[in-house]
Amino acid sequence: MLKRNVWFGAVLGAALSGPALAQTEIQWWHALTGANNDVVVKLAEEFNAAQKEYKVVASYKGSYPDTMNAGIAAFRAGNAPHILQVFEVGTATMMGARGAVKPVYQLMQEAGEPFDPKAYLPAITGYYSTSKGEMLSFPFNSSSMVMWINKDALKKANVEIPKTWPDVFEAGKKLKAAGYDKCGFTAAWTTWAFIEQFSAWHNVPLATKANGLDGWDAELKFNSPLHVRHLQTLVDLQKDKTYDYSGRTNTGEGRFTSGECPIMLTSSGFYGNVKANAKFDYTSVPMPYYPDAQGAPQNSIIGGASLWVMGGKKPEEYKGVAKFFAFLSDTNRQAKLHQESGYLPITRAAYEKTKADGFYEKNPILQTPLLELTNKEPTENSRGLRLGNMVQMRDVWSEEIEAALAGQKSAKDALDTAVARGNQLARQFERTVSR
Amino acid sequence: MEKRAVFSSKLLPYALLLPQLAITFVFFYWPASQALWQSFLLEDAFGLSSEFVGFENYRAVLAQPEYYRAMVTTVIFSTLVAAFSLSCALLLATQADKQLRAAPTFKTLLIWPYAVAPAVAGVLWLFMFHPSLGTLARPIRLAGIDWNPLLNGRHAMTLVVLSATWKQISYNFLFFLAGLQAIPRSVIEAAAIDGAKPMRRFWTVIFPLLSPTAFFLLVVNIVYVFFDTFGIIDAVTGGGPSGATTTLVYKVYADGRLGGDLGGSAAQSVILMIIVIALTAIQFRYVERRVQY
Repeated sequence: MLKRNVWFGAVLGAALSGPALAQTEIQWWHALTGANNDVVVKLAEEFNAAQKEYKVVASYKGSYPDTMNAGIAAFRAGNAPHILQVFEVGTATMMGARGAVKPVYQLMQEAGEPFDPKAYLPAITGYYSTSKGEMLSFPFNSSSMVMWINKDALKKANVEIPKTWPDVFEAGKKLKAAGYDKCGFTAAWTTWAFIEQFSAWHNVPLATKANGLDGWDAELKFNSPLHVRHLQTLVDLQKDKTYDYSGRTNTGEGRFTSGECPIMLTSSGFYGNVKANAKFDYTSVPMPYYPDAQGAPQNSIIGGASLWVMGGKKPEEYKGVAKFFAFLSDTNRQAKLHQESGYLPITRAAYEKTKADGFYEKNPILQTPLLELTNKEPTENSRGLRLGNMVQMRDVWSEEIEAALAGQKSAKDALDTAVARGNQLARQFERTVSR
Repeated sequence: MEKRAVFSSKLLPYALLLPQLAITFVFFYWPASQALWQSFLLEDAFGLSSEFVGFENYRAVLAQPEYYRAMVTTVIFSTLVAAFSLSCALLLATQADKQLRAAPTFKTLLIWPYAVAPAVAGVLWLFMFHPSLGTLARPIRLAGIDWNPLLNGRHAMTLVVLSATWKQISYNFLFFLAGLQAIPRSVIEAAAIDGAKPMRRFWTVIFPLLSPTAFFLLVVNIVYVFFDTFGIIDAVTGGGPSGATTTLVYKVYADGRLGGDLGGSAAQSVILMIIVIALTAIQFRYVERRVQY
């Protein structure tokens, strides 16, 4: 009898290419599209042209949450990029991952690059630093929330540019009467606008422990009477569309540029889009506030993203990353980046230079977020926030706000539930991080 | 006559089965066992620390009122999608099976949507029905309906059901058409000679002969709505407003991928897997009896 063995062989082919690489490659994963993607590509090209030792390779990895998840998954699989762009709400998750990330202050120290944390604007770096002021990630594209105004529409309705929330409500009603009947005013990034920025701007706590900056055991507090009053007003105005909900993220931003919504709260980073698409006279002004709230307006907090350096890489690669960060911090480059892209400058010198150049007289819009951020010395309610599971928390808060706006719950109920559900998520994060 | 292959070697049949078994193992048993193991762990997103917590993740999931809401949403969503996509596809297939001049063109066009990625399909529908930008939202608003899927849960549900159905119709259409073409003409002609009208012919002759296809599609469609629709939901509504379109599979995705809660997400997917296995078993046990092969 003939016995036959059947073998299934798999051939693994590894294509090893020609000459050995003299350059050290640095992978940079980011989440920017359109004009902002061009900025990233150009920065990498300029850096690569300026020196020969290192090569920065920038790759687009999808939306902010996608990029962050791609980075986390890659880390678990053992091939994380050197630099990962993470949006501000992912900060706590990254900070909690000791061992997975390399703090920027350490990186710069070890690489021997000149690095003075005081050279950076504290309103921006504060968000990404420990309570001792050690910078953990490198701020890249920072923005804040401003109120965008369609000046033509306001003129048509004979309305002054509003400064306070009651002004905005009044303006919304007049605009509605003047033909803007689908949307008097609105906001993109709803939770960022009405919970996060709202709390900082009115100097009321969003959470205990300085909004989580001083410890993972922070308890949410944004069901205060002021928060409830604001949401209840929005609920009432939603009924006749004096206020109209525009979704959780920035997908509703087109409602401003199309002229449908003449007043919109959204990121200052919306500038490039407005400049390209708005066919009317526009401007941006600081966020409105309640004049009877003590201490308002305080200062706004930042949004946008920062660059995290992932752990477990070779020293020479870290040297390249440090060189790249030093390259990004250069005053002229920062000033140019800021003036062209509309992102905030991250160093004091770049801000001063832009001011001295007289840039803001011609472009007051770009100064609005900076004026907000530096309006007052930050308090523990307005330094920033650091809550674990923040991505999911925002969704939970949005769910409750939507329920209130749809008339399924009272504003008080909705915020109480949002706080309770958010606290559950925070406790869960605390358990996984503190062990 | 009995059909039986005779193998001279004892190893050969196993060797022939091996590729299929390997694929099933790599793509089903391995990930499923990983999910099962993960569901007993409490872990941070980076996998730096993990702790065995037994059934805690399951208890936490089953204590959430949102989870039961997602179950109800899933039942509504899957019933609507399966019913609409099967009935529309059957209607289209019977029409395309007729002697038409442009039949091949129709068939090709009807198959196209299946090639569209779920997220792209979602975005397409989102744009058509976007309250302020949508080309189809405007006429709806002009008709006096305050169309607002951003806040109105029913509107949002309508939108995801439409996109998920549209996506699945092509697939069902293809199978129904093949099923129809496999029915011998003589049977239908005999019924026609006996005086059966088209509707009667359909229900007494064609549909019973099509029942194996219909049953197969029912099973596949249920699996589709339970597992493959999160891309569409993510693109169209993100599970909102206020959780109105959060189905079980979307919750798995949202908690695990967006929330970084791998343990809770794994526990949910294990529960979901059990539900789908049970549903499929029920279908085979009770629905298949009515199928005529």
